[in-house]
Amino acid sequence: MISGHPLHSSSESSSVVVHRRGASARNLPTFHSICPSVSFSSSTYDETETSCLKDQKEEGEETTLSAGATPRYPLEPLTSLACSASVLPSKQLFSSDARSSQQFSLECPTKNRGSRVSWGGSMELHDNNNTCTSFDISGGSSVLQDKLSKSRRVRNKSVDFDENLLYAENPRLIYINDPRRTNDKYEFTGNEIRTSKYTLITFLPKNLFIQFHRVAYLYFLAIAALNQLPPLAVFGRTVSLFPLLFVLCVTAIKDGYEDWRRHRSDRNENNREALVLQFGEFQLKKWKKIRAGEVVKIHADETIPCDMVLLGTSDPSGLAYIQTMNLDGESNLKTRYARQETVSSVFEGCNISGLIRCEQPNRNIYEFTANMEFNGQKFPLSQSNIVLRGCQLKNTDWIIGVVVYAGQETKAMLNSAISPAKRSKLESYMNRETLWLSVFLLVMCSVVALGMGLWLNRHKDKLDTLPYYRKRYQVNGKDNGKTYRYYGIPMETFFSFLSSIIVFQIMIPISLYITMELVRLGQSYFMIEDKHMYDSSSGSRFQCRSLNINEDLGQIRYVFSDKTGTLTENKMEFRKASVCGKNFGSSNLTDDLQHEHNIRDAADFRSRWKLKSEVSVDSSLFDLLHKDLVGDEKIAAHEFFLTLAACNTVIPIVSQDTSSGHRSSESWEDVDTIEYQGESPDEQALVSAASAYGYTLFERTSGHIVIDINGNKLRLDVLGLHEFDSVRKRMSVVIRFPDNSVKVLVKGADTTMLSILANDGERDDQIKRATQRHLIEYSSEGLRTLVVAARDLTDAELEQWQCRYEDASTSLIDRAAKLRQTAALVECNLNLLGATAIEDKLQDGVPEAIEALRQAGIKVWVLTGDKQETAISIGLSCKLLTVDMQQIIINGNSEEDCRNLLADAKTKYGLQSSNRKKQNLESRKNSEIGYLEIPDDTKSSSVPAVCVPLALIIDGNSLVYILEKDLESELFNIATSCRVVLCCRVAPLQKAGIVDLIKSRTDDMTLAIGDGANDVSMIQMADVGVGICGQEGRQAVMASDFAMGQFQFLKRLLLVHGHWNYQRVGYLVLYNFYRNAVFVLMLFWYILCTAFSTTSALTDWSSVFYSVIYTSIPTIVVGILDKDLSHRTLLQYPKLYGSGYRHEAYNMRLFWITMIDTLWQSLILFYVPLYVYKESSIDIWSMGSLWTIAVVVLVNIHLAMDIQRWVFITHVAVWGSIIITYACMVVLDSIPIFPNYWTIYHLAKSPTYWLTILLITIVALLPRFVVKVVHQIFWPSDIQIAREAERLRAS
Amino acid sequence: MNTNGAATSSAAAGGGGGSLAVTVDSSSAAKKNSKKPKYSKFTQQELPACKPILTPGLVITTFTIIGIIFIPIGLVSLSASEHVVEIVDRYDEVCASIHPNKVAYIQNSLTNKSCTRTLIVPKLMKSPVFIYYQLDNFYQNHRRYVKSRNDKQLRSKAAEFDTTSCEPEDKTSAGPIVPCGLIAWSLFNDTYGFSVKNKMLAVNKKNIAWDSDKEHKFGSDVYPKNFQSGGLIGGAKLNSSIPLSEQEDLIVWMRTAALPNFRKLYGRIEEDLQANDKITVIIQNNYNTYSFGGKKKLVLSTTSWIGGKNDFLGIAYITVGGLCLFLAVSFILLYIIKPRPLGDPSYLSWNRCPSGHPN
Repeated sequence: MISGHPLHSSSESSSVVVHRRGASARNLPTFHSICPSVSFSSSTYDETETSCLKDQKEEGEETTLSAGATPRYPLEPLTSLACSASVLPSKQLFSSDARSSQQFSLECPTKNRGSRVSWGGSMELHDNNNTCTSFDISGGSSVLQDKLSKSRRVRNKSVDFDENLLYAENPRLIYINDPRRTNDKYEFTGNEIRTSKYTLITFLPKNLFIQFHRVAYLYFLAIAALNQLPPLAVFGRTVSLFPLLFVLCVTAIKDGYEDWRRHRSDRNENNREALVLQFGEFQLKKWKKIRAGEVVKIHADETIPCDMVLLGTSDPSGLAYIQTMNLDGESNLKTRYARQETVSSVFEGCNISGLIRCEQPNRNIYEFTANMEFNGQKFPLSQSNIVLRGCQLKNTDWIIGVVVYAGQETKAMLNSAISPAKRSKLESYMNRETLWLSVFLLVMCSVVALGMGLWLNRHKDKLDTLPYYRKRYQVNGKDNGKTYRYYGIPMETFFSFLSSIIVFQIMIPISLYITMELVRLGQSYFMIEDKHMYDSSSGSRFQCRSLNINEDLGQIRYVFSDKTGTLTENKMEFRKASVCGKNFGSSNLTDDLQHEHNIRDAADFRSRWKLKSEVSVDSSLFDLLHKDLVGDEKIAAHEFFLTLAACNTVIPIVSQDTSSGHRSSESWEDVDTIEYQGESPDEQALVSAASAYGYTLFERTSGHIVIDINGNKLRLDVLGLHEFDSVRKRMSVVIRFPDNSVKVLVKGADTTMLSILANDGERDDQIKRATQRHLIEYSSEGLRTLVVAARDLTDAELEQWQCRYEDASTSLIDRAAKLRQTAALVECNLNLLGATAIEDKLQDGVPEAIEALRQAGIKVWVLTGDKQETAISIGLSCKLLTVDMQQIIINGNSEEDCRNLLADAKTKYGLQSSNRKKQNLESRKNSEIGYLEIPDDTKSSSVPAVCVPLALIIDGNSLVYILEKDLESELFNIATSCRVVLCCRVAPLQKAGIVDLIKSRTDDMTLAIGDGANDVSMIQMADVGVGICGQEGRQAVMASDFAMGQFQFLKRLLLVHGHWNYQRVGYLVLYNFYRNAVFVLMLFWYILCTAFSTTSALTDWSSVFYSVIYTSIPTIVVGILDKDLSHRTLLQYPKLYGSGYRHEAYNMRLFWITMIDTLWQSLILFYVPLYVYKESSIDIWSMGSLWTIAVVVLVNIHLAMDIQRWVFITHVAVWGSIIITYACMVVLDSIPIFPNYWTIYHLAKSPTYWLTILLITIVALLPRFVVKVVHQIFWPSDIQIAREAERLRAS
Repeated sequence: MNTNGAATSSAAAGGGGGSLAVTVDSSSAAKKNSKKPKYSKFTQQELPACKPILTPGLVITTFTIIGIIFIPIGLVSLSASEHVVEIVDRYDEVCASIHPNKVAYIQNSLTNKSCTRTLIVPKLMKSPVFIYYQLDNFYQNHRRYVKSRNDKQLRSKAAEFDTTSCEPEDKTSAGPIVPCGLIAWSLFNDTYGFSVKNKMLAVNKKNIAWDSDKEHKFGSDVYPKNFQSGGLIGGAKLNSSIPLSEQEDLIVWMRTAALPNFRKLYGRIEEDLQANDKITVIIQNNYNTYSFGGKKKLVLSTTSWIGGKNDFLGIAYITVGGLCLFLAVSFILLYIIKPRPLGDPSYLSWNRCPSGHPN
């Protein structure tokens, strides 16, 4: 969930802590809506894991449903909520109707809100102390937020906070249908959006400004500027600018292109059209011209152009369904409603005018506070009255709304901030080594400067006459006797220092940053193109959204995974049913023939409905339903499915099936497709299942539902509905059949259902026992179970219930408790019908992927909002948990509880105290931390007491207490010694908190993977965030660094691409350090032979081209294409991944070894030609030419020696660069203006030249080669062995 | 996935019209395919590749080959170097030994600076015999010095006034100095006359500079101007009636040397010099190296394909070749003594020591 937790985070945390002390110990984390202040704390919604919007939907829905029975709204007496809350009696608050009271709170006059911020926490909340479980949680998360305040997220929050305070004094006034008056001060923006950064005019300055934010470019610029100073002009002035200009141009072109594309999409967006009320009628108007205050009409399936307050909809009751996919990624429909007061006037078509006071624009999409004056009435508006830009209108013919925020001020635009760039770990190590290189650079420059100073001092009396120095003009002219470029010894020393910095500038491998960017780009290309990471079912490719952290994928130690939608498909499937004590569905549809047969049978019964999703049907159960005989079982089955079809809050959406033509050969025509939209995927699955068995729910209005039973339409009046809540853990619906009989249909969790069953008779008992047996069986398979029951209501009962229900549902105070009591009236003495088992299907390959990751030494933690039991069962089914594991379950309700539980766990399993743990960690770190062993094994070596693998299961409630306290380290110790960690019932911010726990306490890399908006904070917190583009849309993807279609690709992403990228980039960095250092050292040795005068034997162009042209391409190609092992081997031996988090491809040791090698090579490079041409007539440019070629050949052969996989392109790049170098030399030496004219032609004629190059290459590389061979014989690395195995197997 | 879905849906639809369902499905699949990565060996990183590994055979072969190639090359170069006959005579000290103040002596334009040296030819020197002068401790590669020239001015008459980067030897009150700059100013001006058995040896001073320099870098229409007219004379004067392109001594001098000890070609003797011949050299000792402690040497040398006399290359090649052969033998022994089967999974760290740590 994104940033906005406006009012809470800072102002209330303290009072909340105080408050918790008095809280009752009831563990009701989802129960969240009673405290009035909760309604404006979205962090509470985080806790419940269902987003606010969902709640809103339920709420709206409930409104509709109950409307038929007891017209309940408009909720007229809008008492101030402050009093309603404080009057609430305690104890009984845990009632079913949490939502209505929430609705309540949402509708309270918003004027109070601003002020409540300051005192609400302390005063109101004290009165009703048992409403507070939820509060604790919100408090917890707000503390967590405080904890996270290092991150910039909080900054946004505080901004929101300010804005909200501001709102109190400075509301935004919107005059409905009067945009001019609304915007009389021209302070509101129009609806034009601009995501582009530049315009044609601002492009150059702005782009340059942005580019020079990078340190690398500033370094370039500083060096180039230094070079412009007359005493320092080491290079020609244009030459020194060349690299900088080159990079700037390339980047500018890239930026320009990207911006052009943004311009284009902005233009498309701005030129879309919508119906706007102009001069009394709706006319088309371009989006960009829409202004705040205008009245806009949107038709079904259209996108909403700006944030609007609903005035009316095609539905007489003011309902509208919207899809918020683009906003929060949730694909199900949400309900919004227009205020009853406005609906009627919109329908009457009279002139609409009024005034809306709303808060200033902010980025919290889950909240909106405003009020409206309309026809003399004043009433509050809330989140449920507003539709936001980017949403789509669904299932509603039209809506009319007034624009409150437009353009950049819409919540969607305010939320479209790009996630901040992450920096890869390797790069931060690299920066450390770059510091060392700067030290080298400074040392070299100091040596040169010092040498220069001493030399000048020694020769100071000869400087005037020294033929090669001559500091004075000695000519007949006006300058006679003046000194030329001589500023005294100290200054000369200083200038010498500066000019040597210019000469040695490439010691700091600035070009490496650009090289790395190109390399990552190439690596990303191959990751995107990998066919093994293409999800054919959703057609989604792998996406690299961040280009900075490719190599981090090879070093992951911890994977934090969301469960629903990430490990599972988030597609619930009806698997099994136990009806009347009989188990059905154990035999899956393996037998096609039989199935076919069934279907043919069913053909007669089947309705003309077609489901969007198909459900497999158990043949025997199907037969049972369609047998003609009448019996108990048949009746039970009938009622069972009737309950499934009726007892829910799912909305059926009927649409003409366009592709239904193929069925015309059969008996049905005019086939409609039904799609079920609902808040809970479980309910959708159940309704779909009922439909597959012939009980199709196809119409739902507020007062009745229509079920198609095998072709016969059955209209059922819904007399009342008790929604699911976490206390009762069941929901019930009271329906009246056409024959006037009334039934109550109930479904719920087994724990609460079995106790309220009627208990009469042997047979019932038997059925109950059988069902219980089945339930255990189901849940052990990881299925989610529900128990279904029903009973007839007598007239008397009905009357009593109706009376109470009406009273309760219109009650303004204590409604939830009253409703709960009412529910208890009918939810008793139920007849058990059966039980259902729903599978939240694991995605393909999840167990395998998890197993592979675990073998690779990666710890997989699952963080889920599900309840403990579900989490455990999923853990079992995805092989995360195994039966032999000891489960440490921590679900305390107080700090003390948690402390005890943690301590118990520690003593029981003999875990070390934190001190010893730290030592252990330390020692493990010394011995190459995190060796491939799974943790329990290393544990067993240090603490013999623990020999069973441990699994930690902890719930969000406990995390609240633990994460904010000193218990954090205890948790960390236990968690790291467990093989598996499962966190259930965690709020989004807690997910981030857990990631932060690991991140702040270890150096290990973390990866978070998730698919929903609730995973965003975790994804942003982790070093690497992976988004699954799945059912829940794009929110997670937008926040992620990498996005892919399925969880199982993670295996390939880490083990294969991560490994490759890490190895490649690690080598690339070392090689680039070497490549530049060897060149610089070579220059350095030469400068020592030139009286410290920073002469370069190389021509200016050669010096510049060296890192830009002569040697850059092979490094890029190798960085992109080199592979140490094939993907088959890497997948076969996941443990090879360990080289990544053990930093084997890049570490301090390797750096120093490389530097020693560099030193040797540079000495050879310099001294071999020196001795060969000692006392010869060679000139400086020939020598320079020789050195240029020698160093280019040397570094390229060096690279060639390390290349592990030669493809055609590698050959071209490596040998090509040498050839290009020669070609450049030839070209440069053919221009008469240069002093080095014709040098290469002379040299090439001499055999000595060639022999020297050969000698340099061989001698320079000999030690490296010998060391490499010896190392491979005696200390072969795992990678090398695997490589040999791969090679020999192939041949 | 796709096919499964199609099967289920058509089956559930009653088995009828299955084929149509399939076509619908495949068309939608085709649409999706456009987004699907195109499979190619390149994109899947499966291009045919050579994956070298350092097998014992490869290692030993490499070393042996290097050894086998290097030793002959070393021998040949060494022998070539041995064939070069070289006479080096340092004369700066000797020629000025009678004068107590060498600097004053050399700066005095009136004193007679001729000096006679006798050289003995150790071996037969086949023509052409190259005459070099060698200067030591003369930093021709000093940055101030190297830059102190103007190639445009040297090349064309039109750029006569272009004396940038020539300071402090750029112009006089009479106009620009051609050729300007310290390099030209400090032109070497010792001269040598050779005679064997009282017979003058002709010294060919033609074609001592690179043809490319003569043709393209030094203009045939550029004549020296205002040269050595300043208060401080650096070295030789130039005949202002000869274009720069024919002033070969200047051209040679202007190819600045790479190292502080360098030789420059003075001329050629195109006669064979017999062993034990006594060569009398009359040196005009004009050039001032005394003020900065430089040395002057006269070098007579024949040449071979590797250039002058230099044993370094030959010795280096032989050493490296020998070392490689030695390494080849040691690796053979190593592989025999401590063989490691290549690609043996039992050597994998987690197989080798299941509970311990690697290394």
